[in-house]
Amino acid sequence: MSTLETIPNSKKEVLVEILLRLADDRLILGHRLSEWAGHAPELEEDLALANIALDMIGHASALYGYAAQLEDKPDEDHYAYFRDDIDFKNIALTELPRGDFAFTTARLFLFSTFSYLLYNNITQVIEEEQFNGIIKKHFNEIKYHLRHSREWVLRLGDGTDLSKLKIQQAIDDLWMYTGEMFETDKTENLAAGYNLFIDVPVLKNEWMKWVTETLEEATLKTPDNNQYMFTGSRQGRHTEHLGRLLAEMQFLRRSYPDADWK
Amino acid sequence: MKIKQPIAESQIWSWLEEVTDPEIPVLNVVEMGIVRNVEIGKYDEITVKITPTYSGCPAMNAIENEIHKKLLDKGASNYRVVTDYKEIWTTDWMTNNAKQKLKEYGIAPPEKTPAGKDFLTSLKSQQKIVPCPWCDSMETELQSEFGSTACKAQYYCNECLQPFEYFKCI
Ligand SMILES: [Zn+2]
Repeated sequence: MSTLETIPNSKKEVLVEILLRLADDRLILGHRLSEWAGHAPELEEDLALANIALDMIGHASALYGYAAQLEDKPDEDHYAYFRDDIDFKNIALTELPRGDFAFTTARLFLFSTFSYLLYNNITQVIEEEQFNGIIKKHFNEIKYHLRHSREWVLRLGDGTDLSKLKIQQAIDDLWMYTGEMFETDKTENLAAGYNLFIDVPVLKNEWMKWVTETLEEATLKTPDNNQYMFTGSRQGRHTEHLGRLLAEMQFLRRSYPDADWK
Repeated sequence: MKIKQPIAESQIWSWLEEVTDPEIPVLNVVEMGIVRNVEIGKYDEITVKITPTYSGCPAMNAIENEIHKKLLDKGASNYRVVTDYKEIWTTDWMTNNAKQKLKEYGIAPPEKTPAGKDFLTSLKSQQKIVPCPWCDSMETELQSEFGSTACKAQYYCNECLQPFEYFKCI
């Protein structure tokens, strides 16, 4: 069943919706990062990307697990494997095909900066003990992701002519997908009212400041914000890429719902 | 074997000390700080509260299964294992004794977690010196910030020419 444009009408439903939004971003980006396993430009980077992918999938798993408890679903797999693309609320930035290494680095950097600021701010308002604990736990790990991707932006930007060209191109190509990070809607307003979330547009300036600082240090240009920004993913309107990703991720579990490792 | 509950809390703690981390078999789940609490309820039901080390740690599932297995093997029947986020796991919880065991196992133990914005500086640019767990030499170099698991970085000792892992701070 589609959850397109439905407004949750209790605190519990609002909390579940927020958990799913956070988890979907991380599951989908984690999946994209996992596609690098065995393909990264060097062994160390292969390990790094696989580890970061595992972290993100782990983060999604904890958030889905909490939602499953609240909704009385069997477990987190329900959300990962048995929902359709229209039900996923991740932003489009996370679902775009993995691209080259510069694209992967740029995306991880833009997303991790957002994630760092968001988590740092929401832990200060969330009163639910378990939710707050999960976010605090993940916040510590996001620091590693931000540091790692930031270092690579600096290295590629201030590297060879070709690496600079590629990382600048990646930042430029991704920019139109960054607007969704700072969009808000009825559900998030309700969540902010229940002290389960914040008004995300307030993070925009700080995010710009962090990103611009790093891009300058990397001798790169910050793209213009006055350009077309992609929108609609939080309401389930995705790019064509999500469906294909889900087909690959979900087919086994859907074909063999009782499949087990044993 | 089925034993009669009630069982003393201290008994359960000592059973749990027999459960080791599959990635670091020299440390048990109690000294790792994974087991946060053991409670015995009104009806003698046992609740074991655990907290994850790293979210991306595939060993967490294995650890939870091992705890179940241990409790069952010891004859406990009325129990549950729950994941708790009340306190956030940090390497600062590791006792000196646990750190010593890590070192003897060949993993350089974690130091203090960095404060504030310091996390943005990589291990490489911090030029942090991690002594070799094999020969105590300071002549070591960072090979990779990510190692075989999320919690470890890869180092190389220029003195004894051995690679080793460093347990990262979190
Ligand atoms: Zn040595």
